[in-house]
Amino acid sequence: MATFLLRRLGLMILTLWILSLIVFFAGQILPGDPARATLGNLAAPSAVKALDAQLGVNRPLLTRYLSWIGGLLHGNMGTSYSYRTAVEPFVRAALLNSIKLAALAFVIVVPLSIIGGVIAALYAGRAADRFISVTGLALSTVPEFVSGVVIIVIFGVELKALPVTASAGANASDFQQFRHLILPAIPLVLVLFGYIARMARAGTIEALNSDYTRTAILKGLPRATVIRRHVLRNSLLPTITVIATQTGYLIGGLVVVETLFNYQGLGNLIYKAAIAKDFPMLEAGILIIGVVYVLATLIADLLLTYLNPRLRIGGGSE
Amino acid sequence: MSGLLQPPAGPDDALPVEPVQRPGSLGMTTGYLGATAATAVAVAGRATPGAFRLLLRRTTFYVGAGILLFWVVCAIFGHWFAPYSPLAQQLLLPNAAPSAAHWFGTDPLGRDILSRVITGSRDILIITPLATVLGTVLGTILGLAMGYFGGVFDLIAGRIVEAFLALPLVIIAFLFVVAVGPSTGTLIVVVGLVFTPLIARTVRAATLVERQQDYVSASRLFGESPVRVMFGEILPNVMPAILVEFTVRLGYAIFAIATLSFLGFGVQAPTPDWGADISANYINLLPGYWWQTLFPALAIASLVVAVILIADSIEQVLAS
Repeated sequence: MATFLLRRLGLMILTLWILSLIVFFAGQILPGDPARATLGNLAAPSAVKALDAQLGVNRPLLTRYLSWIGGLLHGNMGTSYSYRTAVEPFVRAALLNSIKLAALAFVIVVPLSIIGGVIAALYAGRAADRFISVTGLALSTVPEFVSGVVIIVIFGVELKALPVTASAGANASDFQQFRHLILPAIPLVLVLFGYIARMARAGTIEALNSDYTRTAILKGLPRATVIRRHVLRNSLLPTITVIATQTGYLIGGLVVVETLFNYQGLGNLIYKAAIAKDFPMLEAGILIIGVVYVLATLIADLLLTYLNPRLRIGGGSE
Repeated sequence: MSGLLQPPAGPDDALPVEPVQRPGSLGMTTGYLGATAATAVAVAGRATPGAFRLLLRRTTFYVGAGILLFWVVCAIFGHWFAPYSPLAQQLLLPNAAPSAAHWFGTDPLGRDILSRVITGSRDILIITPLATVLGTVLGTILGLAMGYFGGVFDLIAGRIVEAFLALPLVIIAFLFVVAVGPSTGTLIVVVGLVFTPLIARTVRAATLVERQQDYVSASRLFGESPVRVMFGEILPNVMPAILVEFTVRLGYAIFAIATLSFLGFGVQAPTPDWGADISANYINLLPGYWWQTLFPALAIASLVVAVILIADSIEQVLAS
């Protein structure tokens, strides 16, 4: 168990390091000069040069990478080119907003898709299964802004049932803010439903075909008991992994939804930073997403290992 | 079924191997993070001459192929049969609701939405197949090499793939599009490169299965070079998995390209494009001009659903 844990941690750190390289060097090949972008085309060359020196972008790449990564390890995410202040408060506020939206989407989608997947598995190959599976799949490939637009037209414009902007304003109560987040959460739910339902379905089918399920049926347990006590407990294990891997998407892939619904989250922050060529902000935002994803995967692995004793000993469950 | 868990074992487990699904399960890839089950096809399915005939018996295949064909016709011939020029402005008729003259209404510049929807299919239908082909070719080469050689190469490549998978596809794509500037060529290369690790992962998993087979050891004993074994022996046998992966990726390429267009990194104005048109006009939802965004949105939805129906049919046939 200890070696397993160490190995996972080592791989996690390796992944994060490569991620930081990708993010940093992709950031550096962005054309254009940050000082020029900040000051505009009419600024004097000397002013641009001075700001470059102040921002430290005239140093060699390796020096910049080392000072950037050194700062990160000390919790310093750098100084925003656009705002000229520390990046950290912006990232922190945006992360918090994104977590609210993602949490709401999760609370809706997890039970819904697990129920959908289990129903599909119980009726595998029949009309109910095909309907749930194909619908889930199709929904998962419809871009969020497409479903978002349709949802705004139906609920926001025609029915006027719910607010179409995500932020309720500074003085809004929690309940008002919650109402504002419902519509933005729906496109995320639609995209995620297909993945999670598919995993729940596959896990359930595997459990249904297993020896222990056959034994449970043969010894005369009622069908509902077999499903509840033998099938579901085993089938939901792989689903945990999928839910964890989607966390990275949820926190990060919010770019579109947050833009469409004008919500100050992490996705919106990254989008605006990319347009403004605000590298420190951009790099910090993207790295945070990577960290969240890697952590979520690690937690899922640990949870799975805890729930499934067979994996602690070594091999898989097949 | 170890899933993404990576149990402590040899280097082969450095990269998560997707759980092998049972035939008949909805063996589709999950999008952004690309967990994929095409391995199931590699294990269970073989492309046989009968497979194509089976495909022709599936209603979902006909529906998908029909919709796709419709958009291909629009992309090629749309400029001839669209009722108006997609660029023709009628500044006296802005934001007109759908009517007999303008079935889908007009946009703020008085351009005909129906004509823009018809002709807007062109760029996305050029970019997405090319990007998917690029990603599939590169991903296949990388995945074959990772699965065949294993060891340190697999470990290193696996880490890089994993690092890319930690980021949402659209974020990597727009990072690189911002870096190089939006153009058709950039979009194709960027989306192709972003898909490469995803496809490599599937092909690697399928290759690992095939590598255990006797025919591989036989041809190695026979003295065939690694390149010959990979491309001459293993590749034909992982082809069904690659075919499924390709069609599914095509769906996600549409997702990615449309999203990039929506974010302003794709097809540039005034060229008609569904994603860009939605981006330009969704502000007008509040005053109630819903037709400017709803019709392009339905066009994108119908195209991805068509591709997914085709992909699902192929997968069902190969896995049965």
